[in-house]
Amino acid sequence: MPDRLLELTAYELAEKIEAGEASSREAAEIANARVEEVDGEVRAFLTPTPDLALERAGRVDARTGDRRFWEGVPLVVKDVLSTRGVRTTCGSRILEDFEPLYDASALANFGEDLVMVGKSNMDEFAMGSSTENSAYGPTRNPWDLGRVPGGSSGGSAAAVAAGEGWWGLGTDTGGSVRQPAALCGIVGLKPTYGRVSRYGLISFGSSLDVVGPMTRDVRDAALLLGAIAGHDPRDSTSANVELPDYLANLEGGVEGLRVGVITELMDERIDSGVREVVGRVAEGLEAAGAEVGEASLPHAYYALEAYYIIAPAEVSSNLARFDGVRYGPRAPADGVHEMYRETREAGFGAEAKRRIMLGTYALSSGYYDAYYAQAQKVRTRIIQDFRAAFSRYDVLISPTSPSVAFELGAKTDDPLAMYLQDICAVPASLAGTPAISVPGGLSEGLPVGVQLMGDHFTEPMLLRAARAAEQVADFAFTLKP
Amino acid sequence: MISEEQVRHVANLARLGLTGEEIAKMGTQLDAILDSIEKIRELDLADVPPTANPLNLSNVLRSDEPGPELSQEEALAPAPERVDDLFAVPRID
Repeated sequence: MPDRLLELTAYELAEKIEAGEASSREAAEIANARVEEVDGEVRAFLTPTPDLALERAGRVDARTGDRRFWEGVPLVVKDVLSTRGVRTTCGSRILEDFEPLYDASALANFGEDLVMVGKSNMDEFAMGSSTENSAYGPTRNPWDLGRVPGGSSGGSAAAVAAGEGWWGLGTDTGGSVRQPAALCGIVGLKPTYGRVSRYGLISFGSSLDVVGPMTRDVRDAALLLGAIAGHDPRDSTSANVELPDYLANLEGGVEGLRVGVITELMDERIDSGVREVVGRVAEGLEAAGAEVGEASLPHAYYALEAYYIIAPAEVSSNLARFDGVRYGPRAPADGVHEMYRETREAGFGAEAKRRIMLGTYALSSGYYDAYYAQAQKVRTRIIQDFRAAFSRYDVLISPTSPSVAFELGAKTDDPLAMYLQDICAVPASLAGTPAISVPGGLSEGLPVGVQLMGDHFTEPMLLRAARAAEQVADFAFTLKP
Repeated sequence: MISEEQVRHVANLARLGLTGEEIAKMGTQLDAILDSIEKIRELDLADVPPTANPLNLSNVLRSDEPGPELSQEEALAPAPERVDDLFAVPRID
């Protein structure tokens, strides 16, 4: 039977800790016990860190004078974020025993005392939409253990849904926070590109990658965003933009807010049950005072194509660093080129190899203009589409994912079917705009995510709209399984 | 269609070893993926500037000041092989 404290949101737990009615150590014990109880089935963690969590929680409890509100709440960390001295694999054999020498900047505000439940499972190097591309086996969806949790941040999503911690961090390149959040019935926020530092986030697509909160409700997402966001001189793509108080106007409602439902992302490619839930949430927002209309992103149809050129191109470059020289295993060989080839053949899984090949091809002599340069121009068009849409609307709405959670193994032999999971998520990734997935209700007994999108750096307004959406939705967080 | 020779060429550019079976499968899968992204080649985008970074940042610099960083010992610790204070690699061929 889960502990009573486990029923609370992260914010509510932080309040209890602040009031002295609960301790961080007690919370860490509860999270550890929950991992013991359910993770044999859910398999959300690659490296649980129960002792570290207890030790650090004890230190947080001792620092009553100078600790921040959220510090004592145990956090789940995706295994793509570097954690000093704690194994960080990216779901790959090529980093099987890798212990980073520093912490990711996104974790810096938690300092030395980050109360971490563990490192969560993911598709290898964050490439995938089901967590089945992990070299260490798939995570299961806590709603139905025969189904995928989504991906690539499926471990963090499943852990939060199962109560193995109160909140988690994921990373989103083309939907990897939002889609697993949708499939596991939690909230997932992809902040504006550059809002959270990428330093220490092991790179997948450097012009797309963003660290984001995965939480039980929108208030927790606002709280966690405030903890991880900010400018970082160590990341040249980090935005030097003032950090607002994301909680200040969260409950302000949607009276007068202009909300556009994206026509192109409500067509027959989206399951009808998913469309119905999105439609009901849009109606609910209208009833709450929003002005709801139809919006258009004319190039949305091309976003997936552009994404599957740009992201692999960046992968082929970023994954070049895994060469058996500075870290990781090395295959025995007589010459350095053979060593590179053998090390990488043994270390990378099928999807990583596929994307390295696709990206290298798209960047290679004779194909660069036809694929990569063309995709970069499509990216410009998509940004222009968003600009036009945001001149009429404050917030855009669509499904997060075209379907509810699918069965394990259903798409593993068909990369294209897997890529289609990302159709609703990639436009905001290419535009670098913030987007959040909120549980909107159920279809086929499984959670459906509603995606809300705003313009660059409008997270305070976006979170306010998402808070209203969560309140009109026919859904309440409960622990699974 | 991507030929087996092209797959080998690209794998060599990426310094990626592939088995014979992987090469055959890779060709088929890359073909399918490339077919699915053919649509964007139909768009006339001659006058559209490319986007490399969604925030249009360029030439971001920080001041070049010395500060505490990793020691040589720390940086070399995860290496599979070292010689003295250097990363060691097999013969450069």
